[in-house]
Amino acid sequence: MHEIGLAGDIVRMVQDAAARDRFSRVAQLRLEAGALAGVEPDALRFALDALVPGTVLDGAEITIDEPPGTAWCGQCAATVEIGSRAEACPDCGGYPLRPTGGTELRVLDLVVVDD
Amino acid sequence: MCTVCGCSTPNRPRSSEAPDTYVAVDRATGDLHYGTGAAGVSVVGLGATRTIAIEADVLGANRRFAEHNRAHFAAHGVRAFNLLSSPGSGKTTLLCATIHALRQRAPTLPVSVIEGDQQTSVDADRIRATGAPAIQVNTGRGCHLDARMVGDAFARLALHGHTHAGDHAHPHADATDALLFIENVGNLVCPALWDLGEAAKVVVLSVTEGEDKPLKYPDMFAAATLMVLNKIDLLPHVAFDVERCIANARRINPAVEVLRVSATRGDGMDAWLAWLLPRSDVRPSAQPLPVVDPAATEAALRDRIAMLEAALAAAGVEVP
Repeated sequence: MHEIGLAGDIVRMVQDAAARDRFSRVAQLRLEAGALAGVEPDALRFALDALVPGTVLDGAEITIDEPPGTAWCGQCAATVEIGSRAEACPDCGGYPLRPTGGTELRVLDLVVVDD
Repeated sequence: MCTVCGCSTPNRPRSSEAPDTYVAVDRATGDLHYGTGAAGVSVVGLGATRTIAIEADVLGANRRFAEHNRAHFAAHGVRAFNLLSSPGSGKTTLLCATIHALRQRAPTLPVSVIEGDQQTSVDADRIRATGAPAIQVNTGRGCHLDARMVGDAFARLALHGHTHAGDHAHPHADATDALLFIENVGNLVCPALWDLGEAAKVVVLSVTEGEDKPLKYPDMFAAATLMVLNKIDLLPHVAFDVERCIANARRINPAVEVLRVSATRGDGMDAWLAWLLPRSDVRPSAQPLPVVDPAATEAALRDRIAMLEAALAAAGVEVP
């Protein structure tokens, strides 16, 4: 349920951008929620839908990119793809793995409308 | 500028709101309640087409508050620990036992507690009953503490003024004049993401919960510096495989340290106090896992050996 708070942070970041770049409406918002970011994209979308009415994001199309988790496998000496921090290496079955990518929740960009 | 002791805190992120507009304060105790607004949670600042690149981490604002807290704690000689677990693992009992034990071991060391719960001041009342100062932070519907809440609560603790009262120099970066325990909301999921500015995250797992918890909640165990296995006095009565639990935790986090404790019976308390008291090799929880190199400390090498043995054991290889 921390997605509610994160959605609030996202709305605030967009409101700050609106004050800085002087726009009144957002047509598109693109987010990135990596597989290892600890964020459930569906819950985040649900929370955003609840929070955006009355803000510059009202009516915006929101897309959430979901890059895969990547990790370094010391035994394979290679970067592998994983879906969670609890997974073993998909190639050799070994662990531990050291996560290297897909760990972030980020606001990527906005398409804004100057009314 | 800090409003409590006048110490210089130029890096605290600016909030457009005064604290009394986003948090309700209990005048008698200083407890903070963040859930009184309409949404039931605290959200900072909620108030022709072209593309604007943002490329910003959503947790960046919290991280700035956390870095401010970390610098503020260091300036006051305070070492802060973020205690995390599911509800009912015994965090508050462990803290009460720790406060009593520290009174014997380090009677001059000030200890304070920030208690996070959705509702009630029951836990802060238990801490205050030991004689240690505590601030309860109620998060309302919020499922975790964030760094701004901890900064607000720290400013209300006497601990904040204590070490700053005189001309108190801190010649060593790791000098500790006081301990601050932050007991997070009981939840093995959400609090893992929020850096509070602590020196280390401590995850408490009780033996009544099951040894598979590290695999079920890997983000939390990946973020922890120490795992405290609590309630070990109950081991004869439950089916809990300690070694398997530790192997599960190290599968997620090879460097995680482990202590076996019974807060009610006293087992392992000496080792826990030794872990808490000042030492130079503590890793801040915000740093990535250590990489073994020729200059690694003995402790890091021991961690590495334990990890490799766990990996071999999991692969079915006997270690002589």
